[in-house]
Amino acid sequence: MLIDVNGSQSYAYTGTRALDKTLPAVVFVHGAANDHSVWALQSRYFAHHGCNVLAVDLPGHGRSQGEALASVEAIADWIARLLDAVGMARAAVVGHSLGSLATLACATRYPERVVKIALLGPAVPMLVSDDLIAAARADDHIAFELITGWSISAGKQLGGNTVPGMWMTGNALRLMERTRPGVLHTDLVACQSYATGLADAAAVQCPALVIMGSRDLMTPVKGAQSLLAALPDQRTVTLQGTGHAMMAEQPDAVLDALRAFL
Amino acid sequence: MSKPKSHGFDTLSLHAGAAPDPTTGARATPIYQSASFIFPDSDHAAALFNMERAGHVYSRISNPTVAVLEERIAALEGGVGAIGTASGQAALHLAIVTLLGAGSHIVASRSLYGGSHNLLDYTLPRFGIETTFVDPRDMDAWRNAVRPTTRLFFGETLGNPGLDVLDIPRVAQAAHEQGVPLLVDSTFTTPWLMRPFDHGADLVFHSATKFLSGHGVVIGGVLVDSGRFDWDGGAARGRFPTLTEPYRGFHDMVFSEESTTAGFLLRARREGIRDFGACMSPFTAFQILQGIETLPLRMARHVENTRAVVAFLAAHPLVLDVGYPELPGHPDHALAKILLPRGCGAVFSFNLRGTRAQGRKFIEALNLFSHLANVGDAKSLVIHPASTTHFRMTPADLAKAGITEGTIRLSIGLEDPVDLIEDLSRALHAAGKT
Repeated sequence: MLIDVNGSQSYAYTGTRALDKTLPAVVFVHGAANDHSVWALQSRYFAHHGCNVLAVDLPGHGRSQGEALASVEAIADWIARLLDAVGMARAAVVGHSLGSLATLACATRYPERVVKIALLGPAVPMLVSDDLIAAARADDHIAFELITGWSISAGKQLGGNTVPGMWMTGNALRLMERTRPGVLHTDLVACQSYATGLADAAAVQCPALVIMGSRDLMTPVKGAQSLLAALPDQRTVTLQGTGHAMMAEQPDAVLDALRAFL
Repeated sequence: MSKPKSHGFDTLSLHAGAAPDPTTGARATPIYQSASFIFPDSDHAAALFNMERAGHVYSRISNPTVAVLEERIAALEGGVGAIGTASGQAALHLAIVTLLGAGSHIVASRSLYGGSHNLLDYTLPRFGIETTFVDPRDMDAWRNAVRPTTRLFFGETLGNPGLDVLDIPRVAQAAHEQGVPLLVDSTFTTPWLMRPFDHGADLVFHSATKFLSGHGVVIGGVLVDSGRFDWDGGAARGRFPTLTEPYRGFHDMVFSEESTTAGFLLRARREGIRDFGACMSPFTAFQILQGIETLPLRMARHVENTRAVVAFLAAHPLVLDVGYPELPGHPDHALAKILLPRGCGAVFSFNLRGTRAQGRKFIEALNLFSHLANVGDAKSLVIHPASTTHFRMTPADLAKAGITEGTIRLSIGLEDPVDLIEDLSRALHAAGKT
């Protein structure tokens, strides 16, 4: 559905369901140079199992208009404005990578509105390689290739997609190729510039789930240890043999972890 | 500078989509010869049916062995995914009916496989889908044929049988200017010789019966989506309601929203394969997978042998002309150098000097070449298009497609090239004495 957020037309996938304000809400927030479709299986499940789902395209991404937001905090504020726009007082928020940082910041900045958070592939700080930043700044296709190579675990790069007939590597690359010029760079800088992650984590008042991939090269498990120590109420799920693209690599395991938590 | 990590073509030919079977340890891809697959519980069953979880339900919709093939060909083509079909014809049909309905129009190259021509010219009009055929080399013809109802451009990488090289970059540009995708039949080239997506095509299909399987033992097809065409943007907006509007046949799903990159394949599987049912059997998929494992090796040898045979025929006094784009006299020689640097495949036609009776004598005198209706076999093949594959075309249409009564089509196999040339030489000698 299209939603006016801060005067800009924004898109959120709802599982082809009309919103019902009597139901709990779950917001799904994608990572850099992605869109709502990375949550296809998980978001559709919750939309058809008693939840309002808002799997968003962040500003400047996918079907949403506007410029990409320059900071994690700005994305967190945008999520709150999205809830305002659809009249939802509270929601659980699920974020991946850049989206996980925005989810964390949103929980800290809007504790009365965020009831639970799930952080997939987080790292605090979220370091980004200089080569990747440089390629993204130049809108060089190599940036997409680097991310794809680092995001999908070695085994899955050869195939074995749970979704019949789909080539995970090609799909990940093609989705990023749709990104507007400059957006990936903005997203990566937002990740790298988020300096208050540990303080924000310590201030989180709601339960948190952290899902990590044991073979994640973009945000390795060790990069989340400080975050885990700071979160007051957290539980973790580590998906063995899985890379950063965990929603695609292990869709059922991610869904089951979210179901158990949400 | 960090280097992107990716696998090469030969590696993907062997491994893409497959992994050792986790249950048995089987290294080869198992043939999952099962019509259906057990649901762990009722909730899981419902989730599978509603696309909330991924997996296999019923082998008409998807099958684990077929899925390995689909993933492998998608990887080799550089697409986002693929669907295995009962034949190449079924793949073409699936592409068309996923996008078009009654009242829609196709602009197609007139140099097509006879079966494709039959479907477009004779059968689809009965269902309200019309086609205008154009000279594939005439870019104005492509553009001028467009109607408000045009929804697809279609051609073959190497036109059948004259080997017109489709200028994919320019035809794709013309298609995209009109807000429609370019579908390419890549059967003659396979991704080893050319990946049409790299040049701007949006959809590719193969008769996997030919070079992909490579041994003439199965009938099958694959339809591959590049994932690049924006069905809901730019000039395409509003033209593809099957992908961009709610589909009552699947819970009002809007396929282009459900998957940003693969809405076409979702619709093709959730409607086209489901309802028309032209699916691939797992045994067929297994055999095509076996073929693809050696695709790079076979294609290199096919091309090497073809070059030797073409050189022999081009110099023979009984041969009027040879239509192979690597020859300087072919109209697409320069384009072939750009689009097909590894070679122009192993199927080509030539014209005999002399009578129709001499042509018949030539074919019947061949020993190694098998006279049959197929191409892309490991064994060399021969056919007379005017009386077989293109039999239903009028003389005028035959002439437009570059076919004469004396045209003979060869598919060069993997035999010793010296033996192939000896066979051809002897048959030409026999024809000359007729």
